[in-house]
Amino acid sequence: MTSAITPAISPEPELPAKYQHKTVTLAHGAGGKAMHDLIHELFVRVFASPELEQLEDQARFDLEQLSRWGNRLAMTTDSYVVDPLFFPGGDIGMLAVTGTVNDLAVGGAKPLYLTCGLIIEEGLPFADLFRVIQSMKATADAAGVRIVTGDTKVVHRGAADKLFINTAGVGVIPEGIDIRADRAEAGDAVIINGFIGDHGAAIVDARGELALENNIETDCQPLNSLVEAMLKVCPDIHCMRDATRGGVATVLNEFAQASRTTVRIDQKAIPVRTEVRGMCEILGLDPLYLANEGKLVAIVPSAQAKQLLHVMREHPAGKYACQIGVVENGRPGQVIMATGFGGDRLIDVLVGEQLPRIC
Amino acid sequence: MKFVDEFRDTEKARTLQSAIHRLAQQIEPRLQRPLQIMEFCGGHTHTIFRYGIEQMLPDCIEMVHGPGCPVCVLPMGRVDDCVALAERPEVIFTTCGDAMRVPGSKKSLLQAKAEGADVRMVYSPLDALNIARRNPQREVIFFGLGFETTMPSTALTVLQAEREGISNFSLFCNHLVTPPTIKAVLDDPDMKLDGFLAPGHVAMVIGERAFDFIAQDYGKALVITGFEPLDILNALWMLLQQLAEGRHQVENQYTRVVNADGNQQALAAIHRVFAVRPLFELRGLGTIDEIGVCMTDDYAAFDAERKFGVPNVTTVDPEACQCGQVVKGLIKPWDCGIFGTQCNPENPMGALMVSSEGACAAYFNHGYGGRP
Repeated sequence: MTSAITPAISPEPELPAKYQHKTVTLAHGAGGKAMHDLIHELFVRVFASPELEQLEDQARFDLEQLSRWGNRLAMTTDSYVVDPLFFPGGDIGMLAVTGTVNDLAVGGAKPLYLTCGLIIEEGLPFADLFRVIQSMKATADAAGVRIVTGDTKVVHRGAADKLFINTAGVGVIPEGIDIRADRAEAGDAVIINGFIGDHGAAIVDARGELALENNIETDCQPLNSLVEAMLKVCPDIHCMRDATRGGVATVLNEFAQASRTTVRIDQKAIPVRTEVRGMCEILGLDPLYLANEGKLVAIVPSAQAKQLLHVMREHPAGKYACQIGVVENGRPGQVIMATGFGGDRLIDVLVGEQLPRIC
Repeated sequence: MKFVDEFRDTEKARTLQSAIHRLAQQIEPRLQRPLQIMEFCGGHTHTIFRYGIEQMLPDCIEMVHGPGCPVCVLPMGRVDDCVALAERPEVIFTTCGDAMRVPGSKKSLLQAKAEGADVRMVYSPLDALNIARRNPQREVIFFGLGFETTMPSTALTVLQAEREGISNFSLFCNHLVTPPTIKAVLDDPDMKLDGFLAPGHVAMVIGERAFDFIAQDYGKALVITGFEPLDILNALWMLLQQLAEGRHQVENQYTRVVNADGNQQALAAIHRVFAVRPLFELRGLGTIDEIGVCMTDDYAAFDAERKFGVPNVTTVDPEACQCGQVVKGLIKPWDCGIFGTQCNPENPMGALMVSSEGACAAYFNHGYGGRP
């Protein structure tokens, strides 16, 4: 399965001996020596960014340098609470970086800096913590962003589930880019950069409650370099979002509602891996609502769709890019899918959690 | 995908669709009103909406979405009983996914879980038994729900628990029996149904013959069918042929799964563990004789109702709800005064808005905002 993540270029630091076979305790978040050591020996060393090494209470940026990238700042934040921490093809650290990078990228911003806030449940093995932050570093390097400031809290057993991560991100939007959910127009093309539902299916599978034998991996990948390539050939992308929680169906509904248009998609055109489809068939889930962590949905002027798809397919994160639908007038705010069987179906937003059906 | 795509083939669908339209043209001149065909099972309702099958049918066919969604017909009082059981500190309450959302008079299992009850979603009763093995100091209750389709797996799990001597496992039994439920629909004096699509997986367990009374005593045409979209179209075509020729018989479209007498091993397990319950309430249909099952005296030790003494409260449905008329085909979901307004999937008041298989939820979610 495709993954754009490559290991960090610098030789990977090893977990210092004093932390091996040990677990995080409340002392590591208490502000004393244990915490001081943890920050220096783990975070500063692994993240290795000049801003972090200043060890001030805030990271500082030169405005003039930032303004070379564009004329608007973009800022976003997201918290990551996935269970299990490690799953096929990824982990919570990779997720915490890609998720925030992608939230910036789909607005057309060039992601530059991330924060890293950790809430650790006491008892977390240092080996796990180390693996997670190494993964964050590798993913940040691959995406070309730096982790510039952070915070660590340790809570009592049961007050959190192993490890929660919050990352905030800052990026800069180049002049002339105007990507907004309300810009979809009749005639526009709806495109996606590959197979849907991989992440959601991988997580269901990794929880191990089903004992299904398969090899579904998360699609977790940073999308900023793909978006950069897309904007080069089509600076006038109308709408773009990454289809995380709530899946592709939710993003399409957001576009249709914000722009008062109808989004019409074709079930046969939507790429779903056989393994994911099989799991959905067994559990009564719908891949359109499954989470993705490396998929973007874009609405673009139809005249540029062909060339855009060509460029996307040249990029590792867009190899299976395709058009899945068109924007129409008619039923404002609705998403309609041709079922591939002869009928149409309304694709509504999900109410609550997607629960398997009984029989 | 093998064993899936064959049953969703567009070309075959078109062929069946035109055959259905031709038959409908033959029948139409004789009709005073549209034909009413009930698909009893919630699984069929799901397929019909998922593939947009209603829009493929001629105007003179009206699909009536029957009461065969176990989550939908669960009375509020039983949900209250579930919540009472789940809130006992020693209990781990295990249930299938979509039952967690069903509203009780005060709260759903999902809300009880948020407030601290140990409610866990499982995919099979055997998973619940596993939880019982791993937590010998706790009481594990499985929420047994569904028609004959799910009954064998719960019965076999109880038998397994007995064999292994697992004493901290019990069943909160809410299983329902299909033939008396259909009979309750047919006995309504206002009923205007012309034919049935009968549930394939229920028939797999109880056999074709269990449906004979519908053709013989009530003179209605019936086709047992599977759950893929081509199954449904094929069965509708068979049903229209019966109606065109003036026949009313039990026919089996789902021959790859269903036989005349059902699955004997499954039936034996069911009869060992379950006995007919004199009276049981269905949401929308009221209290009906012999519609549900309880556990036999031999298995009283595994019966959560007897083990814990559930409050057994009767909660009256909100007066504005017209679920009963909808499941009998007397009105369409959007004819109900609170459809889509006070009653919606986020805040279901009536039974049929609860599960995605319920007629009202299906209309709301897939049916173009509720109206044709």
